[in-house]
Amino acid sequence: MKIPLSWLKSHVDVPEGLTPDQISEALVNLGFEVEEMRSLDEVTGPLVVGRVVEIEELKDFKKPIRYCQVDVGDGEDEDTVETRGIICGATNFAEGDLVVVALPGAVLPGGFAISARKTYGRTSNGMICSARELGLGEDHAGILVLPSGEASPGDDAAPLLGLDDTVIDLEITPDRGYAMSVRGMARELAIAFETTLVDPAAIGVPGAEGDAHNVHIEAEDGCSRFVVRRVTGLDPTSPTPWFMRRRLMLAGIRSISLAVDVTNYVMLETGQPMHAFDTSSVKGNLVVRRAQPGEKLTTLDDVERVLDPDDMVIADDTGPISLAGVMGGASTEVRPDSTDILLEAAVWDPPSIARAVRRHKLPSEASRRFERSVDPALAPAAAERAAQLLREHGEARIQPGRTDVGRPELPGPVLMEIDLPDRVAGINYPRGVTARRLSQIGCTVEVTTTTAGRAAVVVTPPTWRPDLTRPADLVEEVLRLEGYHTIPSVLPAAPAGRGLTPSQRRRRAVARTLADVGYVEVTPMTFVSPETWDAFGLPEDDVRRQTVKVLNPLEADRDEMTTTLLPGLLEALARNVSRGIRDVALFHVGQVVLPKAQQVPVPELATDRRPTDAEIATLKAALPAQPVHVGVVLTGNRQRPGWWGKGEPATWADAIQAAHDVAAVAGVELTVQAGSLMPWHPGRCAELRVGGFPVGHAGELHPKVIEALGLPKRTCAMELDLDLLPLQKHRPAPKVSPYPPVLLDAALVLDAAVPVAEVTEALKSGGGALLEDLHLFDVYTGEQLGEGKRSLAYSLRFRAPDKTLTLEEATAAKEAAVAVVSERFGATLR
Amino acid sequence: MSGANDPYDPKEVAALAPETLQQAVDKAKAEFSAADSLEALAGVKPAHLGDKSPLLVARREIGALPPKARSEAGKRVNEAQNTVKTAFEQRRAQLEIERDERVLRDEAVDVTLPWDRVPRGARHPVSTLSELIADVFVGMGYEVAEGPEVEAEWFNFDALNFLPDHPARTMSDTFHIAPADSGLVLRTHTSPVQIRSLLDRELPVYVVCPGRTYRTDEIDATHLPVFNQVEGLAVDKGITMAHLKGTLDHFARAMFGPESKTRFRPNFFPFTEPSAEVDVWFPEKKGGAGWVEWGGCGMVDPNVLRACGVDTDVYSGFAFGMGIDRTLQFRNGIPDMRDMVEGDVRFTTAFGTEAE
Repeated sequence: MKIPLSWLKSHVDVPEGLTPDQISEALVNLGFEVEEMRSLDEVTGPLVVGRVVEIEELKDFKKPIRYCQVDVGDGEDEDTVETRGIICGATNFAEGDLVVVALPGAVLPGGFAISARKTYGRTSNGMICSARELGLGEDHAGILVLPSGEASPGDDAAPLLGLDDTVIDLEITPDRGYAMSVRGMARELAIAFETTLVDPAAIGVPGAEGDAHNVHIEAEDGCSRFVVRRVTGLDPTSPTPWFMRRRLMLAGIRSISLAVDVTNYVMLETGQPMHAFDTSSVKGNLVVRRAQPGEKLTTLDDVERVLDPDDMVIADDTGPISLAGVMGGASTEVRPDSTDILLEAAVWDPPSIARAVRRHKLPSEASRRFERSVDPALAPAAAERAAQLLREHGEARIQPGRTDVGRPELPGPVLMEIDLPDRVAGINYPRGVTARRLSQIGCTVEVTTTTAGRAAVVVTPPTWRPDLTRPADLVEEVLRLEGYHTIPSVLPAAPAGRGLTPSQRRRRAVARTLADVGYVEVTPMTFVSPETWDAFGLPEDDVRRQTVKVLNPLEADRDEMTTTLLPGLLEALARNVSRGIRDVALFHVGQVVLPKAQQVPVPELATDRRPTDAEIATLKAALPAQPVHVGVVLTGNRQRPGWWGKGEPATWADAIQAAHDVAAVAGVELTVQAGSLMPWHPGRCAELRVGGFPVGHAGELHPKVIEALGLPKRTCAMELDLDLLPLQKHRPAPKVSPYPPVLLDAALVLDAAVPVAEVTEALKSGGGALLEDLHLFDVYTGEQLGEGKRSLAYSLRFRAPDKTLTLEEATAAKEAAVAVVSERFGATLR
Repeated sequence: MSGANDPYDPKEVAALAPETLQQAVDKAKAEFSAADSLEALAGVKPAHLGDKSPLLVARREIGALPPKARSEAGKRVNEAQNTVKTAFEQRRAQLEIERDERVLRDEAVDVTLPWDRVPRGARHPVSTLSELIADVFVGMGYEVAEGPEVEAEWFNFDALNFLPDHPARTMSDTFHIAPADSGLVLRTHTSPVQIRSLLDRELPVYVVCPGRTYRTDEIDATHLPVFNQVEGLAVDKGITMAHLKGTLDHFARAMFGPESKTRFRPNFFPFTEPSAEVDVWFPEKKGGAGWVEWGGCGMVDPNVLRACGVDTDVYSGFAFGMGIDRTLQFRNGIPDMRDMVEGDVRFTTAFGTEAE
């Protein structure tokens, strides 16, 4: 909301000598965000009032160009008119109009220097200015035409334009409707500087005779008050007075006609949005109601809108003539020849207005105020003020009747212990602060005692503060006005905590480990397109295609919450590769979203009490499962080539090792077996198991998937569900034998199809307790072994816990180990 | 050797003559010195210290001397032998030093050769900063609470005192989950975790909730639709706004150095009353130390406590929330927020594995 500081100052005695910055700081401390303090004094040099004496339309150009003869008071005396030629591209003025001219030597906002120059084949000796060029507003539809009689040619334009002013642009929070007005902000400044306020709404509303117009509120839940005042005999040619136009312009509102300008002016001044109807266009009585299904209304912007049965409307005999609180209708709008006007000042239900604005995407100055709620006591004064302005500036006659229907809700009393503000702030305010501060904002305050015998206040908020309904709301007012900077800084003594949970510690350790072994953490977005699953080659019934969908995705085709971390990881990998990075190893630890097989409806829970445990359980059960996964992807070289020799390309084995690294840090034993799951290569896919339960997959991606996603050949990936790994507690310590080991090798020849993991397992089971460790050091295939055979060479370390093991004992243990492999897989010792 | 006053005429033995011994010593010294390697030294050793060396031969002649002369001759031979042994040991020590030096010199390498066989990995700076923040609060006795990203509207809005028509609930601000009446959204803040904590935990509750959040902001240099927030909540007997200020001042110092502090500006949030915007004094701000908008905070609204079954006559609480990405952006001078989600390894590796 933009307000010229001069307007505020006309209602509050701001101390002399305060700079705009000091006022800005005061406003910020009161809780009003100052978006901008814009000083209008950027114009330097000669800026004068001019009268357009003659207009020559130049026809030789693509756009209309005018060469104007302008009287800027260059004549020797009042009777001699001497003009100067000025080129102008705007056409919204006529001969005889008063305009603002920047003469050569002037500098306009933005450092725009004016000089005499040749343009369009003429010499232009200055510039006729628009409001925007003068820094007065955003309207640059045409040049600024001053009302006649406001000034004479040659007058200094700066005082007329009020260039010593500052425009304050404020962000008003949704709880402070009253502040969206000169009235409200002047009141805040009066409190800040402890000075007096002249309330623009305190104008003394005279008594009335009868109704101004017959109005019936049918939907009382949507409208709590409806006031109408009627003026007749308005001179429709009366211009809007300059002071009013200037203030509207600086507030960012375009001048339209006196009647419309007055309603906007009163809204800015008091905070009460108003509407003016052309009385002759209104057919019959007015009814305030909800729209009927299918009803239509053409609003002031000439758009025909289909109304919703939740929309509040004002209707006459012809149907809706106004979308209440949002925008008036075209059929009853004030016309250039309207002389008879109905002035409406109503109070609408804030949520109804908010819904209508959202439905019709039609925010307006009026709706912004109604959404925040408007002072329910204000309507008669606002209507009176508007009528008086029309009488004063448009020769209108105020009709004796006034319609005032509805049942406005006024704020009720709130009981608060008098030291509650102190207890919330953690400070001892001086005696009397609570009552004084609440009185300053307009509350009536009575000191009393609670039933428990504590000092308290009964606070009745003013009509413009419907937001003050609870002690907490009053506390905020006291703290805010005393200043948040007075609140001390005290660390609370929290009870001893238990630190991170085991799963939190584990997640950190996993991430740290993967970073330590060369993976770079990424945090990709988790929205995916269903086409991803096609590229992944997932069968139609694959569970990973069952996704939770976003109704309003940012990118229409990415409307699914991913069920696996791989799409985001692979996208990041491809992005790195496309940026010239060939060796890429990435990891991501994050939630995936797995929908319930059966969507459970979300229960509606109350908020005025704690839901029952059963209700909470039902609510939580309605949410999709969101386990934490860890995934890695890698391509290029795992080990770079260098002066040491060749590089090692990243392979399926690295991807599986990443899973082992995760398992190791989690302290669980991970076993691997051949798996088959898209998007992995069917012959290079490992199923990862913990405690016999599958937790994920790793290996090389399927060549078709690599092709579909445009990835480098042989890209590898691993993903596992971290939440499926059991948390380890108090890992048992091993017995470390001090006796010497016996080291033996065993090379086993057997069917190449037998997985190494099974051979290793067999050796372990056969080697018994004496087999302390074993390590596969060579895998060999060759003709002499025979078709389909391979040799697996292990080094075995035997050790006894309680004595020095003899070679004979170790050899016996080795033979026992080999025997199990022979028995299970027909292996022979090489 | 004989003297004029000697009472007897000793028998002369040539091998034990001082001159002879001196010659043997000199020769040994010369040959040891001439040996230019440990091997060469070992080669000449027997000639001077071996069984057939002149000195050992001479020692065996001592018995041929008259008893009175033996002691003197013995002493002479010993001296000569010690001199030779010492000369040998000195030479050997010297040659060993030379050999060791040569070996070390020969084994020298160019230590500037790179050994980046395995490219370095890194943590994402948002993750490490989020962990650092958690640690700061854990240090104050808080616990770290977490929750799901697809969240029930009741947790995300209703329980947080957002009225049914609050604009934040609309599709223009919030991602909604299909179907339209699902009652589920992508959480817009980590505040629902505060509600879960109040429902699930015994009072008093001191929790900090870092996590991923979602809003329908188009992606640009300063906005991400997916970002990270940290929120804190303390509900206890006698919690005041001064406690909130003290906590955030401590947090600010942990993040931005001992000179940092916070400033509160009144504001409005549905879930706190009173509410404040928090600015932080950032000593290393671009262009000079100054205030930076940091987040929001306030005293937990009684309606929120009521929805969680907390007795507002006994307990009060404060809550606050900051953007982790935003904090990282101004703390570490990140020019473009998009860098945080694109996963370019050049961005992430610059941060290493710890938040600094």
